[in-house]
This record gives sequence, structure tokens and C-alpha cells, in this order.
Amino acid sequence: MNLSYTPEQQAFRAEVRDWLARHVPAEPLEHFDATRAGFEAHRQWENTLKSGDWGMVTWPVEYGGRGLDLIQWLIFEEEYYRAGAPGRVNQNGIFLLGPTLIEFGTHEQKQRFLPPMASGEEIWAQAWSEPQAGSDLAGVRATATRDGHDYILNGHKIWSSRAVFADWAFGLFRAPGSERHKGMSLIFFPLDAPGVTVNPIRKINGHVGFAEIFLENVRVPAFNRLGEEGQGWHICMATAGFERGLMLRSPARYQVAAAKLAALWQERKADADPMLEAEVIRAHMNAEAYALSIYQTASRLMAGAKIGPEASTNKIFWSELDIHLHRTALSILGPVAELLPPPGAQDWLDDYIFALAGPIYAGSNEIQRNIIAERMLGLPR
Amino acid sequence: MDFTLNDEQMMFAETARTLFADSCSPDHWHRMMEADAAWDEARWAAIVDTGLTAMLLPESAGGLGLSEVDFALIAREAGYAALPEPLVESAGVAAPLLAALAPDHPALGDPMATIAIAHPLNPVVAHADRAAAILLEKDGEAFVATPDRVTLTPAPGIDPLRRLFRVDWDAADATALGGKNNGADWALALDRAALFNAAMGLGLAQRAVDLAVDYAKERQQFGKPIGSYQAVKHHLATAQVAIEFARPVVMAAAADIGRRDVHSRARVSHAKIVALEAADNAARASIQVHGAMGYSWEVDVHLFLKRALALSQSWGTPAFHRARIAERLFTQAAGPDQLFARDQKERETENA
Repeated sequence: MNLSYTPEQQAFRAEVRDWLARHVPAEPLEHFDATRAGFEAHRQWENTLKSGDWGMVTWPVEYGGRGLDLIQWLIFEEEYYRAGAPGRVNQNGIFLLGPTLIEFGTHEQKQRFLPPMASGEEIWAQAWSEPQAGSDLAGVRATATRDGHDYILNGHKIWSSRAVFADWAFGLFRAPGSERHKGMSLIFFPLDAPGVTVNPIRKINGHVGFAEIFLENVRVPAFNRLGEEGQGWHICMATAGFERGLMLRSPARYQVAAAKLAALWQERKADADPMLEAEVIRAHMNAEAYALSIYQTASRLMAGAKIGPEASTNKIFWSELDIHLHRTALSILGPVAELLPPPGAQDWLDDYIFALAGPIYAGSNEIQRNIIAERMLGLPR
Repeated sequence: MDFTLNDEQMMFAETARTLFADSCSPDHWHRMMEADAAWDEARWAAIVDTGLTAMLLPESAGGLGLSEVDFALIAREAGYAALPEPLVESAGVAAPLLAALAPDHPALGDPMATIAIAHPLNPVVAHADRAAAILLEKDGEAFVATPDRVTLTPAPGIDPLRRLFRVDWDAADATALGGKNNGADWALALDRAALFNAAMGLGLAQRAVDLAVDYAKERQQFGKPIGSYQAVKHHLATAQVAIEFARPVVMAAAADIGRRDVHSRARVSHAKIVALEAADNAARASIQVHGAMGYSWEVDVHLFLKRALALSQSWGTPAFHRARIAERLFTQAAGPDQLFARDQKERETENA
């Protein structure tokens, strides 16, 4: 064990910090789920990132990345959140689908899809859930019927983040007549293809956050299938591993929020419940524990290990710490916590509402606890 | 930046695990409790033989000169076995302090000897009656005495596998070893004690979960193993999550304990709080999963509940350690680039 950054890692941090200081927009962008303008401003930011080769630092150079290791990725993320840089509008692409494409895609697929993903030219939505297939994802009913070199897609996807404005989506489709985990394929489709209808859905804060997608005889080339036909479940579980395991929620997000919470406490403690100090300290501990755990995982992966069911513990931990942290901030704010627009620069209320989704998306925490119990602890199904 | 353990560290931990599995099994616990004993001489001899008591002693004192990371892995195994003997207190905390202050002390020359340590944050001392020497603190100064030169009052506790004593003493009956300027490093002793208590907490927590998992696979209700029910699964998954996010904190605290600054102290305190919370929560979840059996003396889960209770309050209560974290959080720069921050100025002062 050696918990010191190498001179190279320190130099890398300085390089990232310097570039971000010169490029991060001075004014926050409008939220990417709120309006088309906000979405396009974030696409422009992704393009700016790409111009500095910061689109996706861990990807191979030939596909638009820098070929950096996971510790460098963590350093990049730390500086990114520290600089208050815009949210990653393409996170479904770069953090979820991208790593899966790199693992399972053909060279031609990687060449086709990764560079425009890294540059924001093509922004991705996920299309996992269906009205009858939420936690029980193997219950998807949408179909992909083979027709020569194409598939004909039909079905109804829902809770698709980014789908309102995004260019592409990926989802699971089954061969007609197949059941459960068998016969599913992971297929990409353009959201402007003939036969695709996207209906926005409002979230509990009143903003548009996700969408439902209707597919009616949507024709896509078989080239858009990732992995072998019928291997969709296996590939999807790998994607879910990345999602829960490492990349969806980098620790820096919570470390920055915990630091802001500590500042909020010091600013307002004269008027706040003194018992909240313990919660502020707890939020800081949680954020650091999550970061240390991810550093540990990154070290293990760099030494050749694979992400296993322990990825499920990450998802539970970050989603619960996020709610605790933001709920503590609202308690410190007291009677003004409910007011719109929020008092002060930080929108603790909206971030709290967002945090409430954490235990639901990317596999509900109940499902994660089942996975931990069955696959880590060996309890019977 | 490397968060992995090396092969030697994992092998040493494996050796300790095997030793405790063979010599500190549930059968051993039961026999000791029946005999009202809290010490097993054969086991202690095996521990000494394996070198576990020499790990943190410098090579000049016949020790192995290993690090706190190495010893934390052993402390975890001691927790997993609910080890009755004071391996951690003696070899992890007291002996290195005595070796720094009085390298020629006869207690260090006897490999079988244990050394006890009394401190305001550790007011009841385990197995003080058997110690060859007791380290004592007064106004930052260190003293050492043999048990016959101090007054030991038994302080019966709920943990059947530990013997606790209050220690009353007079400086006239003890040997002064010097103050801070002469190396009486109580701050390091406190950090080590808190760290290794945390490491034991990881072991206590995992054993409590493992016992419940074994039981939940066997015990049938409504025609199925109770472990197949989500309500049971979720208790144990929650306990396991707490362990998973305490472990890297404990290991990071061990790796950086030698830095001796506001950051390393806060990390030790973080480790102490969360590892023993994990142990306490796991023990209570385990009792719940065992049902009425878990409430009985016959099932061993109570040992882990009791040890977690003891360790969570000794060597600094959660409030004590929270204050050390607050000192770091509210006086130092915060943010993601500060995760492995060092206090340069403080280190320079200490080195000077």
C-alpha cells in the first residue's frame, strides 16, 4: 500500500486543473434535461472537452480517448467536480455503453460509435426499463425480429434518461417467442428513426427528466447489435456492473457536495440545530469512505481483478449517502429550505430531489441487496 | 498510489487466520466459558511462536519491524475469532511504546510476556493481572510498573472472554520513563489502539454476518430456508455494505498512521467509528436473524455483540473521535483533491 500520488499523477492533476480553469464556463449552463437549448449547450461543452482530448480519458487513443488508467480517471474526475464543470450530458454513452462497447464490440462498431460518443456529436439515452419490466428486467417484451441484414424493433420503453433530446438509445430486445434471460440482444437505435415516438415524462420536481419511447416497426441494421444474438442479458449485466461498480457516480461528486455542506454548516450553525454537526461530519465521512473504496477498487482492477457483485454495495452506499447529505443541508437551511428559487448559489433542494431517485434507478437498492445476499454472501434464492 | 496488499501481507494474515481457526474455535470458546477462563496458555504460546507479538517491534529489539498495515490485518483476524488474549493491546500498542521508551525493559525480553496499558481513554484494562508490566500515563508522562506495585480492582464485564481491571497507582511505586520530550508518545499509542480496535471491528462484523449466513441457510420456516426471504437477506446485505465501506478506511488509516498529522488522525478516528458501528450493527442483525436462538447463550453471536460494545467505547468514544474529524473538516481545506492531503507544516515541526 502506498497512498501517495506519484510525481506523474501530480503533474497530471495540475494539467487537468489548468485546462479546466481556462475552459469551464463561468456561468452554469441551463440543465440538459430542462430545454433543448440547455441540452445543446451541454453538447457544445462535450465538444470543447473533446478539443482538449478530455472526452473520455480512459478509452484507447484510437477511439477518441487518452488511454489513461483508473487512478488518472479518478484524478480527472476530482478536478472536474472541483472546477464545477457542467454535468456530463452523455453519461449513458461514455460511462455505461462506452466501456461495454470496448469490451464486447467489434473493431468496426468501436470505430463507428466511440469517437462521436466521446465528442458529444452523438448523445445517448438508455432504454432499459419497460412498463412491465422494471426491477425484473428479464421481463422485457420489446422484440427484435430478424429481417435479412436488419432487425425490426417493436415495443415500449420507459424511464429513459436523456431520451427527450438525445440522438441514440440502447436497449434490450428479445427474439419473438423467447423467454426470460434467453433470446435477448442489446441493440442501438437512432431516436429519430421512422417509427420511434418519444414522450417526455415530468419528474416530482416538475421538470422533464426522462421519457417513454414507443417503437413501431423500427428498422435498424444488425450492425447495431452489440455482441452475439441472444447474448444481451450477459452483456447488459456487464454494463450494469460498470454502472454500479465504478463509473456512474464518481466519488468526487460527493466529496465536493460534502465540502459545500461543511461550509454551509459553518455559515449557518448559529441558527441551526447543534445536533446537525454530527450529520455534517457523517456526510464527510461517507464521501471519503466511498472515495477510498473506489480507489481500492481501481487499484484492484489495475492489478488485473474484475468487478464482481461487490459493485452492488457501491450503488447502495452512494445513493444512501447522497440522500443523507442533501437532507442534512435542508435541515440546516430550516424554514427556507422549501423556497423556490433556492436561497444561495447551491440548489440543495433540487439536488435532494435528484438524490431521491438514486435508490430506484440503475437497479433498485432492494435488488442490489438481493444481489449482495445471494452472490456475495451465498444465501439461497 | 497503490491500494493493494502485497503477497507477504496476505500470507501473514492467512497464517493468523488458520492459527485462530484451529486454536480459537467455537469449541474453545465454549470450553473456556464453562471453565470460567479467559486465557489459553497453549494458544498464546502458538501466537508467540508464529511471531505475531513481534511484528511491530523494531528489528533491533528482536522484532520483525513490520508496519501497522501488516498488524491491522492480524487484528482483523483476532476480531474474527473473538480472541480472548490481549494480542492487540499488548503487541500492537503497549510493547512498541515500551520498546521506544525502555528498550532494555525485562518484559520485552520474555517473548511470552504481555504488557498492559492504562490510559484515561482506556480506563478498564484487559488482562492486567497477567501482564509482566503495565504502562501508565500521568500528565503526558509515561510510567511502568509490575502488577504487584499497583492496585488492580476487578471490573467484571459482560464479555465472558476478557478479564478487566481498574488500575490505581502511585507514581512513587512506578518507574518514570519520561515525558513527551523523551519519546513518551501517547498520541501514537492512542492512534494505534484506535486503529487496531477498528481492525478488530472489521473481523467482529464479518464473523457476525458469517454466523448469520450459515444459520439462515440451514434454518427452515414456512418450508424454506429463512435466508431465502428478502427481509432476512436485506438485514445481512446492509450489514455487509457497512463492512465494505469501513474496510478501505481502516486500511488507509493504517497506511498513513505514521504521518502524524491532523489528516491521519482524522482518518484513524473515522476508521474507529465506522468499523465498530459496522460490528455493532452486524452483531445486532445477526442476533435478529438467529431469532430466539440468537438471544441464547448457546449461540455464539453474543460474544461479538459484547466485544463490539467494549471496543467501540474504549480508546476514545465515538464523540471523542468525531471531534478529531471535525478538527480536520472545519480547519483544513476540503474537497476531492484533499483525500490524501498531508499537513506539511506539522510534519516539519515534528521532525525538527
